[in-house]
Amino acid sequence: MSTKTRRLTYSLAINEAFHQMMSLDESVILIGQGVKSPWYVGNTAQGLIKKFGAERIIDTPVSENSMTGAAVGAALAGMRAVVVHPRMDFMLYAFDPIVNEAANWSYMSGGRASVPVVFWGVINRGGEQAAQHSQALHAMFSHAPGLKVVMPATPYDAKGLMVAAIKDDNPVVFVDDRWLYDTEGDVPEELYSVPIGKGAIRKEGKDVSLIASSFMVGESLKAASELGKCGIDAEVLDLRTVKPLDVDMILKSVEKTGRAVVVDSGWKTCGLAAEVSAIIAENDIKTLKSPIRRITLPDIPAPAGRSLESNYYVKHPGIVDAVVKLVGAQV
Amino acid sequence: MIKETTVGLYRTMVRIRTCEEGFVDPILSKEIRCPVHLCTGQEAVAAGICAALETEDYVFGNHRSHGHFLAKGGRMRELVAEVFCRETGCSRGRGGSMHLIDPSVGMMGSVPIVAGTIALAMGAALSAKIRNDHRVAVSFFGDGATGEGVLCESLNFAALRKLPVIFVCENNLYSTHLPIDEIRVSRKIYELGIPFGELSHRLDGNDVLAVHRAARNAVDLCRRGKGPVFLECLTYRMHGHVGPDDNIQGAHTDIRPPKEIEKWRKKDPIKKLERHILKNKIASRKELAEIHAQAEKEVLDAHCFARNSSFPREEELGLYVYKN
Repeated sequence: MSTKTRRLTYSLAINEAFHQMMSLDESVILIGQGVKSPWYVGNTAQGLIKKFGAERIIDTPVSENSMTGAAVGAALAGMRAVVVHPRMDFMLYAFDPIVNEAANWSYMSGGRASVPVVFWGVINRGGEQAAQHSQALHAMFSHAPGLKVVMPATPYDAKGLMVAAIKDDNPVVFVDDRWLYDTEGDVPEELYSVPIGKGAIRKEGKDVSLIASSFMVGESLKAASELGKCGIDAEVLDLRTVKPLDVDMILKSVEKTGRAVVVDSGWKTCGLAAEVSAIIAENDIKTLKSPIRRITLPDIPAPAGRSLESNYYVKHPGIVDAVVKLVGAQV
Repeated sequence: MIKETTVGLYRTMVRIRTCEEGFVDPILSKEIRCPVHLCTGQEAVAAGICAALETEDYVFGNHRSHGHFLAKGGRMRELVAEVFCRETGCSRGRGGSMHLIDPSVGMMGSVPIVAGTIALAMGAALSAKIRNDHRVAVSFFGDGATGEGVLCESLNFAALRKLPVIFVCENNLYSTHLPIDEIRVSRKIYELGIPFGELSHRLDGNDVLAVHRAARNAVDLCRRGKGPVFLECLTYRMHGHVGPDDNIQGAHTDIRPPKEIEKWRKKDPIKKLERHILKNKIASRKELAEIHAQAEKEVLDAHCFARNSSFPREEELGLYVYKN
């Protein structure tokens, strides 16, 4: 790609995706709570209302079910709608339009109609926000046939996957993490998309595959760096899309390294890490040297108090410990 | 009202009724197996509302939407084939009776999740408002849907943005098995729209001319940016909630008093319009008989078409999950 790139934060990369897609295609609309607020969605909606007007940048009452349904209906009627849930905990109110309606619409209409809608949910946790202001619910949406689910880890992917999600004719759940909003990365100025369903290897290695997504990719890279100091050469995989998974990338990497550690920001039971583990296990990889390990949140709601919180979220030292135990003999 | 309109409303109701009653035998013989919610008795609402719409206008339905599909211009062959779950059905045999769609005539879809399409219809109206293309969206739902919060959320937002959407509540007095007095304090459903500042009316839902007049007025308001409008249409389903069983007291689905059913049978919307047509000499008995005969023929043809159509192929189970 011949293009100028410059450093941009994750949140402004998302913002740029909107500016460019809304200029390119007047059927693109953004709807949801806080799109005109200075704090709700960070600076992801910066300048949009001024440029595209309140007809296309629609701030809403606290009515997640109806507003998400409106985005689905608008998509059925020819728009490309993005509906934002600044805290994805509130997205549970919208399970019906997302899972019952949008996900099933193409199938139950025999392909007569599809729903080009993006359900954008922000994981917004930490800071003693407790159980209902902290949840990472991507696995719940990944369960439903008909949905695609993406979780960008870098500013480049945040822009490219938002563009891809908007252009996709199917409903796409776009999950980002507020902890990533200030991270900077190289982002091309021009419009581009990152293909949905393709992962990326962020660091090559030969001893163990760390399979991660979203915020956990950065933590896994930090862990890999620590592990390098004790002679363990970890490969770091960024899933980028959690549905459909890049199965080829996962299997090739695990075949090569013989070890898999799946790192996820969600809960353990029936979670993304469980799914990735099952795919590896089902494929009966002959080179597998040790059991697959999952590093996830415990099956516990998010606590408020900082003493508990620091013991709750997965950070890179936890990944290092788990890998060292797994590869143990080599250290 | 001009003759063509009145006779057209009659024809639409007769087509719906004949089509619905044509399903009874194949359901009883288990030739049709998907859940079928017949709208016999409620034809005036679908006919009266849809006759006020243009092809480009949007309609979203519910579990009981055969009438909406036909009244909006959907082809009877495709409807019947879908209820028979055949590949030639409007949803290619993937949806069955509860998932009827034909975007080419503005029938945007129907679903059995109660209140599931109310916000979708509002979203279609939102898109019409953004594009300023003067289309109107209609959401058909029942009295049972008034128990869902999404209705109030949608009434509020539609009013806030003055969206061109008509909320049509077909109040048939029963939410599945529960009489209305067991699900609501007030029977006056139309009052739900009032606190949101919406024009809200209660109509005799078995009087197709009254429904049609109200619909034309509502459509006109919506096209002039003065929507939304809430219309409660009082009506009654002559069959029970699902299938041809009538849910009569004393039967195993022991719900509705026979006297109540008889009272509503006298208010039959087709008979009501027939009396009006004959009294005012809008059409002759012979002309009306011809409409019935044509409808019988059409239904027979649609059933032959469905029976001669194949089921979806087994190996195509995974088609249409995603659009490629």
